[in-house]
Formats: sequence, structure tokens, C-alpha cells
Amino acid sequence: MTQATRKDTRPPTDPWRGFAGICWHRKIDVRAFIQDNYTPYEGDAAFLTGPTERTQAVWDIVSELRAEERRKGVLDVDAATPSTITAHGPGWIDKDRELIVGLQTDAPLKRAIMPNGGLRMVENGLRAYGYEPDPFVSRVFGTYRKTHNQGVFDAYTQEMRQARKAGIITGLPDAYGRGRIIGDYRRVALYGTTHLIEAKHAECDLLDTQPSTAEVIRDREELAEQIRALAELEEMAASYGCVVSRPAATAHEAVQWLYLGFLAAVKEQNGAAMSLGRSSTFLDVYLARDLEEGRIDETRAQELIDDFVIKLRIVRFLRTPEYDELFSGDPTWVTESLGGIGQDGRTLVTRTSFRFLQTLYNLEPAPEPNLTVLWSPRLPEGFKTFCAQVSIDTSALQYESDDLLRPRTGDDTAIACCVSAMAVGRQMQFFGARVNLAKALLYAINGGRDEMTGEQIAPATEPLAGDHLDYQELNTAYDHVLDWLAATYVNALNVIHYMHDKYAYERLEMALHDHPVHRTLACGIAGLSVAADSLSAAKHARVKVIRDDTGLAVDYVVEGEYPAFGNNDDRVDEIAVDLVRRFMAKVREHPAYRNAEHTQSVLTITSNVVYGKHTGNTPDGRRAGQPFAPGANPMNGRDRHGMAVSALSVAKIPYDQARDGISLTSTITPEGLGHHPGERAANLVGILDGYMAAGGFHLNVNVLDRATLEDAMEHPDDYPALTIRVSGYAVNFVRLTREQQLDVISRTFHGRL
Amino acid sequence: MNTGRVHSWDLSTGVDGPGTRFVLFLSGCPLRCLYCANPDTWHMRDGQEMTVDAVMAEIEKYRTFITAAGGGVTITGGEPLLQPAFTAEVFHRCKELGLHTTLDTSGFLGSRATDDLLADTNLVLLDIKAFDVAAYRSLTGAGLAPTLTFATRLSRHGVPVRIRYVLVPGRTDDESAIDGLAAFVAGLGNVECVDVLPFHKLGAAKYEALDIPFPLRDTPTPSPDLVDRVRGQFRDHGVRAF
Repeated sequence: MTQATRKDTRPPTDPWRGFAGICWHRKIDVRAFIQDNYTPYEGDAAFLTGPTERTQAVWDIVSELRAEERRKGVLDVDAATPSTITAHGPGWIDKDRELIVGLQTDAPLKRAIMPNGGLRMVENGLRAYGYEPDPFVSRVFGTYRKTHNQGVFDAYTQEMRQARKAGIITGLPDAYGRGRIIGDYRRVALYGTTHLIEAKHAECDLLDTQPSTAEVIRDREELAEQIRALAELEEMAASYGCVVSRPAATAHEAVQWLYLGFLAAVKEQNGAAMSLGRSSTFLDVYLARDLEEGRIDETRAQELIDDFVIKLRIVRFLRTPEYDELFSGDPTWVTESLGGIGQDGRTLVTRTSFRFLQTLYNLEPAPEPNLTVLWSPRLPEGFKTFCAQVSIDTSALQYESDDLLRPRTGDDTAIACCVSAMAVGRQMQFFGARVNLAKALLYAINGGRDEMTGEQIAPATEPLAGDHLDYQELNTAYDHVLDWLAATYVNALNVIHYMHDKYAYERLEMALHDHPVHRTLACGIAGLSVAADSLSAAKHARVKVIRDDTGLAVDYVVEGEYPAFGNNDDRVDEIAVDLVRRFMAKVREHPAYRNAEHTQSVLTITSNVVYGKHTGNTPDGRRAGQPFAPGANPMNGRDRHGMAVSALSVAKIPYDQARDGISLTSTITPEGLGHHPGERAANLVGILDGYMAAGGFHLNVNVLDRATLEDAMEHPDDYPALTIRVSGYAVNFVRLTREQQLDVISRTFHGRL
Repeated sequence: MNTGRVHSWDLSTGVDGPGTRFVLFLSGCPLRCLYCANPDTWHMRDGQEMTVDAVMAEIEKYRTFITAAGGGVTITGGEPLLQPAFTAEVFHRCKELGLHTTLDTSGFLGSRATDDLLADTNLVLLDIKAFDVAAYRSLTGAGLAPTLTFATRLSRHGVPVRIRYVLVPGRTDDESAIDGLAAFVAGLGNVECVDVLPFHKLGAAKYEALDIPFPLRDTPTPSPDLVDRVRGQFRDHGVRAF
């Protein structure tokens, strides 16, 4: 029993007392419930409260455990128990003090294994941190139970394997959970699992009338698994003394039920991104009702959110050091989307939107949960100012354009991972990582041979001849390579997601979606600014080619100046826009698994460093091994007119050709936002308004001094909470590799003198 | 149509007027301030010739952004009043578009600003480089009187002003001169605030590149205590100072 259930009087018998509307009674429709019941908040942050002693005590325990984890790499692992929703008994941080309960295993920060994705990933992860793989687990998943990873490699073609090995297609979720699926965890709180299971049965019944084709059989099996998973959620919740079969009757229960839904998902799946969705305004309805009923006060409301966020901060997965190198530290992308405007014009900002932001003060800044503000110039001023102030103080927020999202995915959109928008509970994606556009350009020059190894990877064509690059010739050859790349890429993704559905299906997350669900195939591109600048150099300057004795072009000399992406100069910005459009069109030519809608992102997260490492000299003058710019960012130092101008180049990339998101990361010094500290929040609000009004999609904002980062590299122990935004999410700066730290520091700092 | 000599343009935030602004740097300046951070803008001949239309076309690319960002257009330099007709026409066109305009000037050529130009100006960033006549001359090579005349004229026209005061140890830190300036500023009635800007040497690299000696190379930057004292002196006269 939790402290709260002991303290509170027995929950009221009618969980829906006082709630308006009936549409959401008749069918599962959380959005309708929110619209019928939420109270927009147009005020400022003055009502917020600080951390209580209780919150502080729980957080202190977690902080100590995290310090130990930082030293050891992982704190502890249960190597013998493949994780399921019910595999582990209950665990606590501090049983008497916790308000929101539930851990992934039986102890905080103790990691579980999830071999369904791939056994080798688990074994390598264990060995990397000094744990021996459990022989029974290895026998089961090596002999009796096939994994996703095995399935994929059974069906990969030779060409796919080569493209993957050469690093022109990378980061594919073929050995780990694909993630980027958001269960509508709010449904657990609003309806309870009994009702949800009934609704799933009704969906099953509709399938009974259909002929048993492969598709229908798969749907029936999946729905049966979903129902089973909901029953397991009930059982797991019961082990914590929570009866989630019925709807939550209080705010405390609503937060708890919602969290247990999410917890079941992270017990079952080691997804690359396990995002939370859009909970704050939903929870606000319950918090407002309890406040109204006198059941809680503001301090208690904040405590509930603080305690919830503590739980979200300690979600952990066992991964290999190589994975961590790619993504910097230990990301889980527990993304929570805040703010936004409703279809009816009312803001979706509530007091609980503020309470989530307040956790960055009450619990110190941290990268998770990945707090994402859906921004519109029409948001209430009080909220905008508070967001900007939080950014200035913590650098822990990212912003995405609500005005681009709302007309496309509606006003109950949430971001999965970094920039991937989806209608909560109605839409999921097949995560597809990304291809390396800069390397593809080098393949065009070298007739499909890899510039690092000399191996033939793309189909052999005539390499470009001549001492200098000819723009037309280069562009034509590039187009052919991109044709091949798009075909290989989409087909590889189809293999991956077929096998993921078969061997590592997200039973619980999909149980919290409607059936049928809308699916997207989320492709992606990296190295956009390198490719655009290289083409610009060939077009507007002269680029001399240097070849080795096998005829492989290995270096380039730029003669003259060329316009670089990031200066709001159409001569090159149009090249970047064209590349995005062109690759999207090529991707769309190839049928997607389960008729998914093709999308793409311009996002690298921190893999821009690894991509750069595996890409040779490029015609824009970038040296071999040098990191790419992250996401859609202009190359470091080539954007010469400050943050706003740079952002305007990126804002030209059409969102409809990159519906999985376009990521821009900006770092600005405090001075760069104004001489007067008092003006800085307003000026940052202005930049966000300006960027979004100009069509920009996403902005990561870091407000930092270069000196601070340099000092943190030298004295990491002094900066355990230093959080910075990288492409699409936040990381603890001190947990980055030295290489990544140097990359961050070398990136353009905008601070005009 | 007027043409002007333009050094460059940029977008800046919170430095050259309110919000994020399109900042047009004109070439040419009659003063030679010892601490000048932009020696590359001294000569009109170094600028590129641009028509007002060309400037407006560039501004147009940023109009949505700067409007939403609560900013506008700032003309600085160099000395914008060295090209008063060009400056006036750009501002007039900006006003027609509803853009907020800011003029960044030393005031030395204030007499060249027409009343029409002042009517099209929302804010003046007025650099008063010293309040002691001799100190002003040794710092800038010119006289102080035109700047003070311009300041009073702006007050008469009710044009909002922010004063900029670069604090250089040993040259502009004299207590009684600052008191005099503070009293003068307080009496104007149209001054929103005073920006006390600590002298810095970040322009030194430009001098090296231009092969010109940087006169204040050995002058120290002001201590935080000194900056606080000077800001306090302004505040003592009831003037907001940052």
C-alpha cells in the first residue's frame, strides 16, 4: 500500500463525478474528454510551489544512486529474468515516502534484459559492464525462441547488409527495439483496464466477419496479445496495491494509473524512444477537480507531478557502449508534449503544464523527461515567458511548431522521441533511422565505390571524370545514387518492421491505440547541410578533385567562395530544399510494409559525430572524420549572420516533405539574448515567435557560455546536472564522450558583440 | 532613388534596440573613437553601393520574423547620419511597412537629420561618449556640442532615446563628469534608460587585420565595481541604468 492510499480517505465511488460530456463515454476518446473538461490557464508562474521535504528526500536517494551509476556505467542488472510486464516483483525507492509507485525491476536503476529484440545485444551489453550472460536465457533465446534480430538477418539481402556495413544506411532498429510508439497511457486512468479490454474485444468482433487473409489473421493475433497485455498490466498494478481495472477516482490515482500504463510499456519494450505523450492537460482535469473538492492543495498537486517525474527520470535500459556512443549517454526519450492550442482556439496550456516545467527547478535540471513545448505565437504570454525563462535557466526544453502540427495531426498530437509527431492513440510509426546523404554524394563521384574503403557498394557506374566537378554531371550522378539508396532503404525497413511485429510486438503500447491504427514509415536523412554546401560549391565556386592511384576521389580543393546553407541565401537554401523534396519523392516510390504512409525526418540526434567519422573528405571543404552538423543545422561556423538568420534557412525546408520532423539546435550566450537579464526571456519569446511565424518546425535552445562547457569538461563532478540540448533531446553534458563534448563546444555559439 | 554605402547587415537580439532586429551597418564615420570596435566601417569608400530598393528587398526576407519577434530595423554604422537622405528613405519605407525603427548614432551629425527623419524614427540609441569637452575631443577627435544639441532636439520632438555610455578606465570614469551627464540626461525627459557599456577589446583583431595600431591596446577593461559605481551614479539621478 502506498503512503497516499493510507492517508487519503477511501476514493470516491464515482470516478467520473463532475466530468462533462458524453462522447467519450460511448467510445474510447481521451481527446474528447480533455476538450469537454479542461480549464485553460492564461496566468503566470506565480502560483507554483517549491519542493517539499518529502520530494527532496526521495530525490536525494535517487541522486546518490545516479552518482554511483555514473561511476559504474550501470548500477545493477537482473541478468537472469527476461523482462515482461509481470516478470519482476514490486520495488521502491523509499516505500514510506513515495507517492507514485512502480519500478521497472525490483530496485531503482536496476536494469532488465529484453532479449526479444536480439540476444547478442543483451549479451554484449551485459559483458560490457562486467556481468555474465545467464546460460538459461542464452539457451532459450539461442535455441527455442527466435529474436527480432535473427529474423531481420534471415531476410536482409546482400545489398542491404553491404549498405548497412558501409554506413550509408545506419542506426537501423534491427538489433534493438524500434520505439517511437506512444501508448495512450491516459486511457488507463480515464477508463480502467476492464473497459479497455471490453473495447478491444469489440474491435476483435469486427474482424470476425472478415475473411482470414494474412493481414486479418495478423490483426486478430495482435489484438489477442493486446488483451493479454492489458490483463498483465492489471496484475502488475495489483502487486503495487493499485486496482487499475476501474477508472482512477482521484488526481493521485490518475497520475498513478497513467504511470503504471507507461511502466508496463517500459517493462516490456526497450524501444529506442519510449515517449510519454501528452499528459499534463489530461492530468490537470483531475488535479483541478481534487483542488476544487479540497482533497489536495497546490503543494500536493506539485508533489504528485514531482514524484511522477522522478519515476520518469529513472527509466533505464541495458544497452551496449556502442549504442551509447551513437546516442550520447543513456537516452530513453520519455518525451512529454506541453502547451499548444486547441482546434477551437482555446489554449491547451493548464496549470499542470507549468507544474511539469517547475520540476526542472524542484528537482534540478535533467534531460528526461524530454520536455517539449508545442509553441505557437498565440500561446498565453505568461506561459511563453515562463518557458523562455526555464530555457535560459536550464537549457532543458525543446520547441515544436504547434501551428504546423495542429492542422495535420490534430490538437491531441504528441511528439515521440525528438521531432516525430503523432495523434496520440491513433497513429504509430515504423522508426527508420536515416541515410547518409553526404556519403551518397561521394558515391556519385566515385561510381558507387566507398570513399573510405574503395569497396563497390552502390551499383557500379562510370565515376565522374575531369579535374573539376561539373555541377550538372554531379547532380545527375547523385540522382541515380539516391534512386538506389531510397529503394534499398525502404526495402530494408520493410524487412525490419515485418520482423519486429513478428518477434518483438509492442503488445501493451498497441493495446493503448485504436484499431486500425494509422502507420507511418519514418525514413530519415543525415548530412543535409554537407550535401547542400558541396553541391553549392560545385555550382557557385570551382571544386578540384584529387584522386588516389586507384582513381578514387579522396579529396577536394574549393577554389573561390560559395554561398553556404545557414545564411538565408536562396542560391544554396534552394539546393537543400530540393534535396529534401527529391529524396522524399524517391522514398514514396517504394511500397511500405502494412501500407504505411512514407515520411522522413531531418534529424541526427548526436549520431552526426559518428556519421562524420565514417565519411571521407567532402567537396564543401569538410575534412574526413569531421562531424556533420546535427539534424538540419547549417555546418558549424558557416552561418555568419547569427542565430535568427541561420534558423531562417532551416525554416525553408517544407514540413510536408519531412513530416517526421526537421531538427534545429541553437546555442546562444546569455548576452546574445540581450544586455539586460530582464529582457532576455522576452527576447527569446520573440525569437521563438519569429521562427515559428516564418515556418520553422523545431528549435532546441541552449543558453550557455562556452567557458561553462569548457570548465565542465575539466571538472565533470562540479556539473552533474548540466543539461544541454542536442538534436532533438537533452543530455547530461558530462555524460557525453569527449569527442561529442568537443563537437558541442565547436558548434556555432551565437552571441553577437 | 537614393543609394547608400553599406558595410553589411545582420540580425541581432537585445543589443541594437528592442527584440530581434535587422541591423544595417552603413560605411563611413566622421569620428575616430579610440575604442572603436568596428574600424572596418570608418570609410564610405569601403562599403558596397546599395539602392533603397535593394535594402528593402533584404529586409523583406526577415519581415515576418522580426515583426513576430517584437523587433524592427536598426540603422547603425559607421555613422548613419553621414548618409542622412538614404537613412531617411529606408526608415520611411520601414514605417510604411509598420516596422519599428531605431537610429544608432553619435549625434555628432545630428543637424543633418531632418524633422521628417525624426518623425519616422521610433527610437534613438544616442552614444554620448564623454561629458567633458576635452575628454570628448581626445577620445573622438571632435567636439561634444553637436551631440548635446541633438539630444535636446530629440527631447523637444519627443523621440524616445536610450543613451549609450562606454566606460573606459582613465578616460570616461571621472565621477563629476558622469554626475554632470546624469543630471543632463535626467533633465531631457525622453530618455528610457542609460546603457553603461564596459569597454572591451574584442575589436582588436580587426585592427590587426587592417594593419592599424589599436590605440587602447594597453588600457584595462573596467572592473565590475567601477561599472556598478557608474550605473549607481545614473540611478542616483533617477535614470534607469543597466
